Amino acid sequence: MKLTGAQALIKSLEMEAVEVMFGLPGGCILPAYDPIIDSSIRHILVRHEQGAGHMAEGYAHVTGRPGVAIVTSGPAATNLVTPLCDAYMDSVPMIAITGQVGTKSIGTDAFQECDTVGITRSVTKHNELIMSPQDIPRIVREAFHIATTGRPGPVLLDLPKDVLQGTMEWEWPETVDLVGYRPTAAADPQRIREAAQLIAQARRPVFYVGGGVLKARASEALKQLVEMTGIPVVTTLMARGAFPDRHELCLGMPGMHGNYTAVTAMQKADLLIALGSRFDDRVTGRVDAFAPGAKIIHVDIDPAELGKVRRPDVSIVGDCRQVIEEMVKAVRALDDGAQPDRTEWMAQVRRWQEEFPLHYEQGYEEGDRLKPQYVLETLRDSTPDDTILVSGVGQHQMWSSQYWKFDHPYTWVNSGGLGTMGFSVPAAIGAKVGRPDKMVWAIDGDGCFQMTAQELVTASSERIPVKIAILNNAYLGMVRQWQEMFYEERYSEVYLSPDLPDYVKWAEAMGCVGFKVEHPEDVQTTIDKANEIDDRPVVIDFRTDSSEKVFPMVAAGQSNDDIIPGPTPGRKVVQ
Amino acid sequence: MAPRPKLHTLVVLVENKAGVLARVSGLFARRAFNIYSLAVAPTDDERFSRITIVVDAEETPLEQVTKQLFKLINVVKIDLLDPDDSVERELLLASVHTEEGERSELIELVNVFKGTIVDVGHDSVTVMLAGKPRNLDDFEELVRAFGIVELQRTGRVALPQLDKQAPRLRSVVGKVS
Ligand SMILES: Cc1ncc(C[n+]2csc(CCOP(=O)(O)OP(=O)(O)O)c2C)c(N)n1
Ligand SMILES: [Mg+2]
Repeated sequence: MKLTGAQALIKSLEMEAVEVMFGLPGGCILPAYDPIIDSSIRHILVRHEQGAGHMAEGYAHVTGRPGVAIVTSGPAATNLVTPLCDAYMDSVPMIAITGQVGTKSIGTDAFQECDTVGITRSVTKHNELIMSPQDIPRIVREAFHIATTGRPGPVLLDLPKDVLQGTMEWEWPETVDLVGYRPTAAADPQRIREAAQLIAQARRPVFYVGGGVLKARASEALKQLVEMTGIPVVTTLMARGAFPDRHELCLGMPGMHGNYTAVTAMQKADLLIALGSRFDDRVTGRVDAFAPGAKIIHVDIDPAELGKVRRPDVSIVGDCRQVIEEMVKAVRALDDGAQPDRTEWMAQVRRWQEEFPLHYEQGYEEGDRLKPQYVLETLRDSTPDDTILVSGVGQHQMWSSQYWKFDHPYTWVNSGGLGTMGFSVPAAIGAKVGRPDKMVWAIDGDGCFQMTAQELVTASSERIPVKIAILNNAYLGMVRQWQEMFYEERYSEVYLSPDLPDYVKWAEAMGCVGFKVEHPEDVQTTIDKANEIDDRPVVIDFRTDSSEKVFPMVAAGQSNDDIIPGPTPGRKVVQ
Repeated sequence: MAPRPKLHTLVVLVENKAGVLARVSGLFARRAFNIYSLAVAPTDDERFSRITIVVDAEETPLEQVTKQLFKLINVVKIDLLDPDDSVERELLLASVHTEEGERSELIELVNVFKGTIVDVGHDSVTVMLAGKPRNLDDFEELVRAFGIVELQRTGRVALPQLDKQAPRLRSVVGKVS
């Protein structure tokens, strides 16, 4: 069967069971847009290519399948760089397809030419410039294989216009054969036995669970291992929901704005069992002061993570699910799974939890400002517990992670590694497309919202009913917090104004329903109204207290021992 | 002369495709690892090329570099060679200025180092020397006195040292691989 390169591209995507792609056409990718008309694949027309990238990420986060973004060359390709980097940092499977100028024009500074493969080399797991239509099926197949196996990540395919227009003889490769790519499958059983032995000796162990557990779809296995050993768990920002927050062994999120108990339990631990986590600086604080008394078991599918930051006592290269399942067996095999007496450790953990809970105060008097945490708690308690929560980057992101109760995996979507403002609106749209059966709420900052809000036009026209709660504190709040605490309240370029833009009018102009909430007593009723709406997006502008700060906090570069549990009344925290 | 850095050689077998060298060198740049020398050439199997990268072992986290390199899809195999357990060679070409009457002195030096004169000009000669990188260093230092017009080195290539024991003996010693 003879096909054009463009037809072969779309057919290859169909062969990979792609059901949706997010994109925006232009000159060089034009040939590929024609067969889209006849394809089973749904195409969602975005308003900015960055949106396409984050939508693909949101889709991938909640479905576990690679998200697909398709855009043209030059400026469209460069608009994809941010989401590619975001996906790379958070190990999100994604396929990006970019148009390129004709092969004869490459290197001539032709109209809308850019070195897409060169620009995106360091922000993709792999990328490839396809030089012949005949190669398209094989390279597409390889791209999906690379994006979804081992440590997942984004793969970009750059397609020159003449390659899309040329003809080829259709043939779908049965297998993938990449000489240089053999992601590790089975872990070393000896290492797993060593890990089980360390666990059986540990008096103060903690499971340090990262995003890799979600990527490996290992939540069930993890629960079994945790309950069998009785060891408490922290879930990093990328792993929220990997272990249920309402479980008594869950200590919540560690790190710079983690729970006091999660941070301190890691500091005092004698064993950290790191599962698919990477000792990120936002978790460790000052590395040489991090968990000084702890032995380390480190499990990761990416060998480069083992020993990158902290030398493990037992390092295990492998898929988290397989390793955890083997650990369950290995623990059981040792003295029938008997664990040492850890009553004192758990009592200590409970004392921290009682002494240092998360804390805020919502006043109800005239003039009392609305607290962002109150909004989050009310929203949490008014939505189904499998609601998907998406967030932007800033204070609102930290409060979301702190105050939500994630009881199911794949219900939390956020930009952890790159910290991309503007992530939430498009990511929420992608998540809703992937899981139309679930309620999807985005918690956004006023600053973040202004970066990518135009994608709500996409959501309205495609009838994707996402719900956006803007925690509008009129500031680039996270930056303001640092300036307040570490720059003697010298506020430099962080004020945004609460009502410029007018968020309700803006929402309405984009085909959404818009609400504004200023007082605590209106929070519940407005959320209830928003939850009723299922035929279009909703935006609620919550006017929150600008002075509210995120606590606990470990200042950048400080030891986790110096965690600041909360504001000291009457005393400013100055570094 | 500055103390010689302790060097390590990474021999990286890669797929012979466009852009692969950029991927490898880009990885060094992005993670702020410094490259001391680099040599690239096709292998006897046309599907592959070999990139020989020399790094300063003290400044480079070798394990991390190797692991990161290995993540590149087009990298097939990496050998980390300790100079003590490998055979390393390099080639040097230098055009050297020779004053009246100095030429014989230079030829003597070239002979001592077992180099060759490959080109002769009116007031300069081009010499070639292939050998151990250390010998090339020494030669370079000595020839400097004459006045170097231009000098180029290829960067080193290396192979692991071969087993010196017969297989029967080897099994007695118990080779750990
Ligand atoms: C694209 C981008 N630019 C800048 C930053 C730095 N930054 C981190 S948080 C933040 C403030 C975010 O403001 P807002 O969205 O209003 O959230 P808030 O902190 O007020 O909740 C900024 C500017 C970033 N993370 N991403
Ligand atoms: Mg704000």
